[in-house]
Amino acid sequence: MLPQDLRYTKEHEWVRIEGDLATVGITDFAAEQLGDVVFVELPEVGRTVAQSAAVGVIESVKAVSDLFAPVSGDVVATNTELATKPELLNSDPYGQGWMLRIRLADRTALDGLLDAAAYEALTRES
Amino acid sequence: MAQVHDVPLATPLSDRHQALGARIVEFGGWLMPLQYAGILEEHRAVRSRAGVFDLSHMGELFVEGTDAAAALGYALTTEPASLKVGRAHYSMICFPEGGVLDDLIVYRLAEERFMIVANASNAGAVSDALAERLVGRRHVVLDDRSLATGLVAIQGPLAAAILAPLTDVALADLRHYGIAEGNVADVPALVARTGYTGEDGFEVIVDVAATGTVWDAILDAGKPMGAVPVGLGARDTLRLEAGMPLYGHELGPDTTPFEAGLGRVVKLAKEGDFVGRAALEKASAEGPRKLLVGLVVRGRGIARQGYGVFIDDRRIGVVTSGTQSPTLGLPIAMAYVTPSEAQPGTIVGVGIRDQRVQAEVVPLPFYRRPAETTDARA
Repeated sequence: MLPQDLRYTKEHEWVRIEGDLATVGITDFAAEQLGDVVFVELPEVGRTVAQSAAVGVIESVKAVSDLFAPVSGDVVATNTELATKPELLNSDPYGQGWMLRIRLADRTALDGLLDAAAYEALTRES
Repeated sequence: MAQVHDVPLATPLSDRHQALGARIVEFGGWLMPLQYAGILEEHRAVRSRAGVFDLSHMGELFVEGTDAAAALGYALTTEPASLKVGRAHYSMICFPEGGVLDDLIVYRLAEERFMIVANASNAGAVSDALAERLVGRRHVVLDDRSLATGLVAIQGPLAAAILAPLTDVALADLRHYGIAEGNVADVPALVARTGYTGEDGFEVIVDVAATGTVWDAILDAGKPMGAVPVGLGARDTLRLEAGMPLYGHELGPDTTPFEAGLGRVVKLAKEGDFVGRAALEKASAEGPRKLLVGLVVRGRGIARQGYGVFIDDRRIGVVTSGTQSPTLGLPIAMAYVTPSEAQPGTIVGVGIRDQRVQAEVVPLPFYRRPAETTDARA
């Protein structure tokens, strides 16, 4: 079941907005499509990222895929547990599989994100 | 005029794969299961218990007649005439220029009857090349039964225990690279003790219409013992750990068997001419231009096909296959490198995205099943 309180991107990231902090991960659909995730590369804390820029890498057994920043801002935290437990992206994508936290530079960018209904429609098409 | 559609073929088990929830991909002109439960889980099942594979996409070519052994000796790099009935060997079919057209297993089913199993993506080309190389021989017939046969493999330490109750073939007498005719689930079958996983296991070749019966029987018998269906994803990680080459990755027209470390299948000492002989003799005399090596990535990241291999700023090679080894828990890869840098222990850098990640040249295979070690000691 797709969490209704999150925002989503067409690149299959989810965003949880709490104040000016955005926690980011990939959706269950994306994790399922990638298959078993075996390696995650995340940006350094402190780095300023621009919306839609590639900020990390997710590798499954079969494929490599980029992680895009869904919003602009400064990276304030990354999930270091993923270095040793990348499989959390498959087992708990919306919880322990979170990837990074960004302090929002500008809240207007949130307007471009999808709500759960729009994202669900998108995954049904593909 | 009829229009030819370039649509992928479906195996006789495609409905079953769908029912099992497999993710389907196109491979070698076929719609094949990539994974069912997940690549890692399937991989581990094969290493610790057993896995069942639909390999109906593979090409099965039968060569028959009093001239069959001699004809194959001309067409291939090995000497099938040296095979005893009921035995098989790994072989190659090369281009006249010495490059690899495909790697194959040749089974001697009878004195004058052989079966060749070729890669799905090359089955047509191998069939055509064989037909061409048989021209002028009166007592040999090529029968391409790729579409008329199904192939179900069971691989893993429990493979023999699972298959034995289903067959009248005496599995205990069937050695590695042996083949016997018999019944599996009351279906006439060829049972070969071969595979592509680095484990003990069997490949069961049946009439295409009986593939479902055999698949169901093996899977049902295997389930209580922890056997699972396994897709092409885990087949790839299993063969990579076992250091086995894959056409299009480690093998191709620009590679000689010597460069792939498979010079043992080029029988330059055999009598008579064979396709590629002159070129392969020259290649053998001149030495390889590149050598296939194993790499273990010491830094973070996975080396994948096409990534460059470097020493300092010198590009010395290219990765041909790579993955995270489920058994070793490390990123492993195979790569072609300059022969002078192929020594195990050599430290290289792999260009993974914008970084050079340290890797070490190691001997192949990455994984050897425990029983093999015991065999070697005995």
